[in-house]
Amino acid sequence: MTKPSFLRESVVPVLTVLAVLVAFWYVAALFMNHSMVVAEAQLKGLAFTPSETWLRSWALDKPLLPAPHQVIAELWRSTAGLSVTSKRSLVYHGWVTLSATLLGFLLGTLLGILLAIGIVHQKVMDKSLMPWIIASQTVPILAVAPMLIVVLNAIGISGLLPKALISTYLSFFPVAVGMVKGLRSPEAIHLDLMRTYNADDFQVFTKLRWPASVPFLFASLKVGIAISLIGAIVGELPTGAIAGLGARLLFGSYYGQTIQIWAALFAAAFLAGLLVLVVGWSERLVMHLMGARPERRAG
Amino acid sequence: MAAGQASGCVFTTGVPASMNVIDIEALSLTFETGDGPVQALSNIDLKIAKGDFVSFIGPSGCGKTTLLRVIADLEQPTGGSISVNGTTPELARLDRAYGYVFQAPALYPWRTIARNVALPLEIMSLTRAQQEERIARNLALVNLTGFEKKYPWQLSGGMQQRASIARALAVEPDLLLMDEPFGALDEIVRDHLNEQLLQLWAKTKKTVVFVTHSIPEAVYLSTKIVVMSPRPGRIHDIVESDLPRGPRPLDIRETPEFLKLAQRVRDGLRAGHSYDD
Ligand SMILES: Nc1ncnc2c1ncn2[C@@H]1O[C@H](COP(=O)(O)OP(=O)(O)OP(=O)(O)O)[C@@H](O)[C@H]1O
Ligand SMILES: [Mg+2]
Repeated sequence: MTKPSFLRESVVPVLTVLAVLVAFWYVAALFMNHSMVVAEAQLKGLAFTPSETWLRSWALDKPLLPAPHQVIAELWRSTAGLSVTSKRSLVYHGWVTLSATLLGFLLGTLLGILLAIGIVHQKVMDKSLMPWIIASQTVPILAVAPMLIVVLNAIGISGLLPKALISTYLSFFPVAVGMVKGLRSPEAIHLDLMRTYNADDFQVFTKLRWPASVPFLFASLKVGIAISLIGAIVGELPTGAIAGLGARLLFGSYYGQTIQIWAALFAAAFLAGLLVLVVGWSERLVMHLMGARPERRAG
Repeated sequence: MAAGQASGCVFTTGVPASMNVIDIEALSLTFETGDGPVQALSNIDLKIAKGDFVSFIGPSGCGKTTLLRVIADLEQPTGGSISVNGTTPELARLDRAYGYVFQAPALYPWRTIARNVALPLEIMSLTRAQQEERIARNLALVNLTGFEKKYPWQLSGGMQQRASIARALAVEPDLLLMDEPFGALDEIVRDHLNEQLLQLWAKTKKTVVFVTHSIPEAVYLSTKIVVMSPRPGRIHDIVESDLPRGPRPLDIRETPEFLKLAQRVRDGLRAGHSYDD
């Protein structure tokens, strides 16, 4: 793929969509904040020209919907503008959430894989566990999270682990479901081959089922890592945590600091994108090491 | 398994030279499918002695693969009896009594060609040195030296099939079950591998059961040709070859004896073939 066509085919469309979104956002901010500016004018007995009203509605301290440049300025101020150890630095809060995310993701992945292995090898587990696994995800996490955190706090577990466990609770599910499918994905002829060798279950697992499931694993991990981040943030909400992106969201809403909320939101989105990207890179690396045919990407 | 009468199988261990490696009596197999039962095999009687080279030939769908899979304990018959190495197919399989070449290459895509050949050797817990020796020797036999580090997708279909033959040979079984192993190969390579296989068979005194669609291939290789016919799959004729046993020159295919055998097989195929579809 040549550079100019990459520009034309990827960068330009993405930037176009971005420009449209930003324009739309400015318009939306104008409409939503307009009444606040008018109210302010009445309060102070001032009369703004239309263009003044416009500009002011994009520069309020606590707007209903902050304008893009306000959010970017806040993001810049609370990342590059502060030492990372500062309690107001988004990097610091991001790290707090990230560590819970990663721990929860790791535990969730392990749990999901172990459950899938059990389900694929034991009919009893398939019949008895699968309904529970599915049921676990129908319970709203917002209801489970406070209970879990309160209970864990009561038995002396606090800090990172309770948040991580909520990530685990969410992320084990896609991994378990994906891996059940992946471990069952070998073709009949590949399984027959193992049968002719009189291979035992462990050999069939290590030499066939596990390698065959790797693409399914990565598909699940991409969902799992994003959902882990959500779990960690949700875990920070009910306890009134003082650190983490969830805490920033919470405090922002307590004090009507909409700009801070949006900045934390963007930081979370950025983090999620980064994590999914990292999983995608490791997938490419692993598939390359497993000799997979390089994907030919269309246009 | 071995349903029906407890006939024949008085030996439980070892295979005396005189005994049949495969003994099939009145065997039938019906698949239960979504739209009713499909009788794939009906009333099969077949004895294969140690050292025989037996070919199954017959129109598509006549049950050649199914019969081979029954011998390999990959499919369970619904009637009659079968013994392999004087025991049940299951015990023979657990004993790793045979090597099987599938109709498709069935290589594992995440393993290189060398590692694919190594797969059964790993399962049999051979030492690394033994593995390397067998990999090199059998890949050389099918002319794939130099392709050890390639992945299956980097090889042509015919090369993949040759790799799967090398994998079956590397097990060094006394009994080789081969399902159209040379179907995907061009004539020249096919001739070459026919010759190689015959030499290997003569040298190692293996028993080979071989499925093919090619009359010349069946006659050139076999000591016994089983002509099958479809709906339901059954044995139409068993042609005993009077060509010399052991390595045969390729130009034996021009001799009158060869052509006479080929004609008999062809007649059998014609008679068993239904033209109404
Ligand atoms: N697993 C199965 N379930 C149901 N029917 C089957 C199954 N396997 C084979 N059959 C049927 O049994 C019959 C024999 O099939 P088989 O594969 O043994 O034919 P074949 O002689 O090997 O044909 P070919 O030369 O095309 O390979 C066919 O009618 C097929 O549809
Ligand atoms: Mg077949």
